[in-house]
Amino acid sequence: MHPVRKQRLLVVLFILGFSTLAVGLVAYGLRGNINLFFPPADIVAGKAPLGQPIRMGGMVVEGSVIRSEDSLRVQFDVTDYAATVTAVYVGILPDLFAEGQGVVTAGVLDGQGVLQASEVLAKHDENYMPPEVAEALQKSAGAGS
Amino acid sequence: MIPELGHLALIIALGLALALSVIPMWGSYKNHFQAMALAPSLAIGLFVFVAISFGCLAHAFLNDDFSVSLVATHSNSMLPSAFKFAAVWGNHEGSLLLWVLILSIWTAAVAVFSTPLPLPVLARVLAVMGFVAVGFLLFSLLTSNPFARLLPSTPSDGSDLNPLLQDIGLVIHPPILYMGYVGFSVAFAFAIAALLGGRLDASWARWSRPWTNTAWAFLSLGIMLGSWWAYYELGWGGWWFWDPVENASFMPWLAGTALVHSLAVTEKRGLVKSWTVLLAIFAFSLSLLGTFLVRSGVLTSVHAFAADPTRGVFILVFLACVIGGSLTLYALRAPAVSSRINFSWLSRDCLLLLNNVFFLTATLTVLFGTLFPLLMDALGQGKYSVGPPYFNAVFVPLMAVLVPFMGIGPNARWKQDSVSRWQRELLVPALVALLLGAVLPWFHAGEFNPWVALAVVLASWLALAMLRDLLSKLRHASGVGAGLRRLSPSYYGMQLAHLGFAVAIMGVVLATQYSVELDLKMSPGESHEIAPYRFRFDSLEQVRGANYVADEARFTVTRGGALVATMAAQKRRYLASGQVMTEAAIDAGVFRDLFIAMGDPIGDQAWAIRLQVKPFLRWIWAGAIAMALGGFLTLADRRYRRARSAATLTLPGANASGAI
Repeated sequence: MHPVRKQRLLVVLFILGFSTLAVGLVAYGLRGNINLFFPPADIVAGKAPLGQPIRMGGMVVEGSVIRSEDSLRVQFDVTDYAATVTAVYVGILPDLFAEGQGVVTAGVLDGQGVLQASEVLAKHDENYMPPEVAEALQKSAGAGS
Repeated sequence: MIPELGHLALIIALGLALALSVIPMWGSYKNHFQAMALAPSLAIGLFVFVAISFGCLAHAFLNDDFSVSLVATHSNSMLPSAFKFAAVWGNHEGSLLLWVLILSIWTAAVAVFSTPLPLPVLARVLAVMGFVAVGFLLFSLLTSNPFARLLPSTPSDGSDLNPLLQDIGLVIHPPILYMGYVGFSVAFAFAIAALLGGRLDASWARWSRPWTNTAWAFLSLGIMLGSWWAYYELGWGGWWFWDPVENASFMPWLAGTALVHSLAVTEKRGLVKSWTVLLAIFAFSLSLLGTFLVRSGVLTSVHAFAADPTRGVFILVFLACVIGGSLTLYALRAPAVSSRINFSWLSRDCLLLLNNVFFLTATLTVLFGTLFPLLMDALGQGKYSVGPPYFNAVFVPLMAVLVPFMGIGPNARWKQDSVSRWQRELLVPALVALLLGAVLPWFHAGEFNPWVALAVVLASWLALAMLRDLLSKLRHASGVGAGLRRLSPSYYGMQLAHLGFAVAIMGVVLATQYSVELDLKMSPGESHEIAPYRFRFDSLEQVRGANYVADEARFTVTRGGALVATMAAQKRRYLASGQVMTEAAIDAGVFRDLFIAMGDPIGDQAWAIRLQVKPFLRWIWAGAIAMALGGFLTLADRRYRRARSAATLTLPGANASGAI
């Protein structure tokens, strides 16, 4: 084969091999590492999978935050004003977590319909609302009226 | 009055930017000398008026002019002056003005420092930057005017700057980061000018390189500062979250790293010119994309300000114009400037291109992960989020495979080299690195961690290979001192940046693998041990700061009975906004950081407390600083100044000292 063609062939083979590797890595990386957002209404309606990582967002119900006396366990209810789901979290909550405020929690739904949260994200300024929560609230408001 | 002046100055700046983007460009085609010669003056005028505008906004913040809506919502009379000044860019409108200011600084810098460029090239470069400025000035004036007034209902005091932002980090992180981010516009402008002129050669690369290196160095520093700030300020002890906005700055860095290396090939060997141009377009497009992601609020992130959808649409349209336009231009003109593929597989050229393959793949995978949620949302597939495990799974293996080649690169010769020579040069470093990897991990807690071993092998291989290269550069010198003096600043810059990478590898892997984190309930008087440190919760106090009150948890940390540090973590409540914020206590060290943060009060005197011991954490940032310094060091290279003082004078053999 002509040396220039041979070199081109090798370049093409290399690019092919490398991109296969990259796509493989991406596919592997995505497996189990992405999670879908569900508003409480969908969770109560049984649309969310059990035992898989999901995210849920809404407002923290006033007066629903229960802290354990002897550990860092916290329980609170999240609502989109159409339905309410209880979440349990063990650890330190973010500073901006508060009753009556927007929150996004990531975790796994257990058999009792309780979200065992591994991460709690609160909004980070007085005007900001995570887009998912804003939309979920809008939807439930629209459905309610 | 002064805010209106600022607004007026911004409008004048828009006029100047319009003139800058049209007149010199027209002149460069008509060969109209005066029109082209106008470019530098217009560029400096643009800078002056944007600076006046920025100054007016800063004046409003510093003098508590709460009739300006931006000041009223983001400042407070109790705020310390430095934070009042930084509050200028602690919000959407102001940070956009900072963006424009820095763009105009870069434009003026090109006008001042690039006078020896052929006039048509300079005119086109400045015109392209003027065009970018037009876009952002329009964006600022039409959708996010920073000078909007609150009249007549002027509040008596401002609603305060978000406490998270009341920090030295806000003062330095955004300007430095923007210097890098926006700096790629220079590389972009050079690329577009080259495409327009159809003239792409080694001198083009030599003009573009110092600018690209500077932007890259600023970006490295800016990202490092952001990471450091997040570490101590967000209160979680993490240093990288793969947050969309972090990615937004990291992607231009990755593409910029590829660009810095491919420019080296283009300058030294005249190869892969059109590829380099494409990378320059790509790097700046990623900067713009980052601006879009951050400013439009489409993604959930710590950096998102309250979003207004029209803003997102505006940037998206501008992004489409810039990327679409430059890629169209590229498609039309690139064949005219392309060069033949002609290189040997075993050469420094090829290894530098391999760097491009790795960094570009890394950029694309990060890009994919960042945009995946937007993509799925647009397709109506639901709201996904992509977590750190994805990014780690794709990014870490790529970097791990990259490093072995990184050690060979600087040792390899241009054009043609041989495996047997590499073997001769690098066998010893490779064996020593393997040995270190097998031995060193045992020194930490007496257990062997394979990931740490891998990191030690990679980092020491890289460092030793760099040393090997330095030694072989000195081999023929009369003496070590004379040999060291003969090497160019850009060689030292390259050494420093690569060593910085090795240090950062150690930091990242060791800090991740050896970190111990504990969340627990503690009351004053209690102790907890994270071997070999003992954390004792001494007392709980109430303290008062300039504009906050705080609960303070005081700790004593001992090791084997000897005092290591006294630390005080705080939970602050800011008076103006009522916001609560965690102020972590950190005892920094070369080999470990101790970290204490307060969570919530649990019952009587007891608090949720987070204790962390993070070995080698500082190495991450030290490595990033070394990389940035390496980038800056290359600017001292004679050949750039020579190109400046005597662009027409050709100096064969000026770079004989082995610079890349």
